[in-house]
Amino acid sequence: MDPTSIGWLALPLAILGGAIRVSTPFIFVSIGELITEKSGRINLGLEGTLMLGAMAGYAISYLSGSPWLGVLSAGLAGMAFGFLHGLLCSVKRVNDTAIGISLIVLGTGLAFFLGKPLIEPKAPPLPSIALGFWSSVPQVRAALDVNALFFVGIALAFAVYVFLNRTGWGLMLRTVGDSEDAARALGFPVLRVRIIATMAGGFLAGIGGSFLSLSYPGSWSEGLSSGQGIMAVALVIFARWRSVNALGASLLFGGAGALGPALQGIGVTGYYYLFNAAPYILTLAIMVASTSRAAPFADAPGELKLHR
Amino acid sequence: MSVPQVELKNMTKRFGANLALNNVSLLIRSGTVHALLGENGAGKSTLVKCLVGFYHPDEGHIQVDGREHRLNSPKDADALGIGMVYQHFTLVPSMTVAQNLVVSGARLPAYINWQSELRRLAEVTKKLPFHVPLDVRVSQLSAGEKQKAEIVKQLYLGRKLLILDEPTSVLTPAEADEVLGHVRSLTRAGELSAILISHKFHEVRRFADDVTVLRRGASVRTGAVADLTDDALAEAMIGEPVSKIVQHAPKSPPKSDIILSISDLRVNGDNGLPAVKDLSLEVRAGEIVGIAGVSGNGQLELVEALMGQRDRSGTIAVSGSSFNGTRLEIARLGVYGLPQEPLKNACIDRMSLAENLALRNFDRVPLCRGIAMNYGALAEQAERLVAQFRVKAPSLTASMSTLSGGNVQRAVLARELTQDVRLLVASNPTFGLDFVACEETYRRIVEARNGGAAVLLISEDLDELLGLVDRVLVMSAGRIVHEVSAEGADKRVIGKYMAGMKAA
Repeated sequence: MDPTSIGWLALPLAILGGAIRVSTPFIFVSIGELITEKSGRINLGLEGTLMLGAMAGYAISYLSGSPWLGVLSAGLAGMAFGFLHGLLCSVKRVNDTAIGISLIVLGTGLAFFLGKPLIEPKAPPLPSIALGFWSSVPQVRAALDVNALFFVGIALAFAVYVFLNRTGWGLMLRTVGDSEDAARALGFPVLRVRIIATMAGGFLAGIGGSFLSLSYPGSWSEGLSSGQGIMAVALVIFARWRSVNALGASLLFGGAGALGPALQGIGVTGYYYLFNAAPYILTLAIMVASTSRAAPFADAPGELKLHR
Repeated sequence: MSVPQVELKNMTKRFGANLALNNVSLLIRSGTVHALLGENGAGKSTLVKCLVGFYHPDEGHIQVDGREHRLNSPKDADALGIGMVYQHFTLVPSMTVAQNLVVSGARLPAYINWQSELRRLAEVTKKLPFHVPLDVRVSQLSAGEKQKAEIVKQLYLGRKLLILDEPTSVLTPAEADEVLGHVRSLTRAGELSAILISHKFHEVRRFADDVTVLRRGASVRTGAVADLTDDALAEAMIGEPVSKIVQHAPKSPPKSDIILSISDLRVNGDNGLPAVKDLSLEVRAGEIVGIAGVSGNGQLELVEALMGQRDRSGTIAVSGSSFNGTRLEIARLGVYGLPQEPLKNACIDRMSLAENLALRNFDRVPLCRGIAMNYGALAEQAERLVAQFRVKAPSLTASMSTLSGGNVQRAVLARELTQDVRLLVASNPTFGLDFVACEETYRRIVEARNGGAAVLLISEDLDELLGLVDRVLVMSAGRIVHEVSAEGADKRVIGKYMAGMKAA
């Protein structure tokens, strides 16, 4: 028997590797959205931000030769979009849901338009860390070839936890998101906090986008995102607005997303599209299961409203 | 830091064409409680909001210890030691009391070590007369505890002038005595001055030194509480001599027929936990049964279950037949209601006055012809009701949201009480209404009772309740824990039951 053939063990390995790769953009986008929502606003436009970040990251990496510079520019592009959202929503009687949806269209459109010349060229990708160096089994090496951004994402989840619970600014952000009356009575600059929180969310979503174009799948195309930006909003609700939960939820979704390709990898080709739909089915199931009138969310920001 | 003497001088504030404050002056002597009396819209909130830096007066100024200050934001008020406890609490519900204390500090700490922070907070709050748990989420505190936590926050921040906006509206009489008693003793000890916004005369009499009465933005009466009678205060408040309107109309003993019968009612609250537990009660024709209780003890869930807005188990019967709150049953059994906050709970604010007046019968002849509305009949009905109940509105087609609170209430009274009412369910019907609208509501409720209707009145205002009802039930933690006829009612005993204590 070929020593590199590990039979059915390849499946969990492929799912693990896939989960790590697929979950990374989820981690960034959902934690970004979490920060925004904790301030009392919803930014549905992160799907557009994600695409813009993917395009900007790829373009700058291609032009400068430095993928990390690409990641930074993706973040900055996302931040600019977050600023736009934050600013527009600060105008009286402007609805953040509607602005978010229009930003999805604007962001994707802008990314497609500016990204036309980027479909052909090859930009330098983000390096990954070969954690599987100790093994001679190629599947193990492939699964443990982990991008550095994944670890940044894990650190980010814990950092945001500490920020929200153990820093004065974190408590201020939660106050603004939970009770505008309280925030005003304490003299907090409500609009400024919300704009900054939306910018931070945009920054992270932009980085999530750059992971798509610079690591996995690793090139710029118009079909790059498959709704990760929208699903991240559902993830935040599923995670009950807690950052460490969001990390876990992202990994779960990443694993579900990796199911189809992993099965294909070991030769199961039937029901390919069905397995690929796993994350969406999971989204639906989780939303139905976790949204109930009987159990309100203790951590849900009180100022989150569909209309204002 | 000694307690400063705060003085507001010739304050005037306009909102557009509306004169909210008209040359009002107010002196809060150091170490005293100064009561502010006035109806809704008299300018009490506007005045104190100027004092905490929310509003900027168009004319006039604020002096602290004789020195003039300009307050541009709540932070400026902070710096002067002026703080306010709002009627709608401004604690952050999802955070713990300790987190709320920390976030309200003048300077936000960069990093918080909760262990040492909790120890420090426990140390500081131990010296205060109020005890509140520090590591419990505010959303899990009772209204009384929230009130205390708000005051603890203000004292923790070293406030020297405390503004209390209707502080006892959510408290049991015993809690109210405790909270105001402590505030009073802190002022006597020279550690604090306080402004007490209230509409309860007995509270003002017991806990305030001075009183100022506002009416339509002007200060109409001011002086030491001891020098003013209740009648004088009431007259100053509404601008005309008052006759006690609410009287127990000579009542016949209640008839024997039971109209409302509830047995073994169980209802869950929003949090999925039981809010009403095995509750049974009966209301007979021609009697008003009052349910006393502190807000949040299941009254809301009881009313919602009764009106068919909430799932329940147990039986509810009206005049002997099962009642589930369907439109057909409402009309057939004559069940009508006066909910609290009528604009929100009994009206559709963007529809017109005439349409709102027709919500009970728009689907019946003569207001409809087949599937078409008869707008002529609708306008005719509206005209009749508006005249009969003296509803003041710009026009019949004006949207409901343009009416004042009192007129919204009159419209709802007109709509509900001109039906064939056999059971009236009134839930905090005067919450937030002015003096005149309150009196009118009381009068109409008593009239409905005298007309033979059974009335279930749920109110958090014990004085209001005792003035109206024939029988009092006390609700605590989802159960009826005490029952007494109006003649035998003792406020202190009821208060103890409200607080969940067994009567001594």
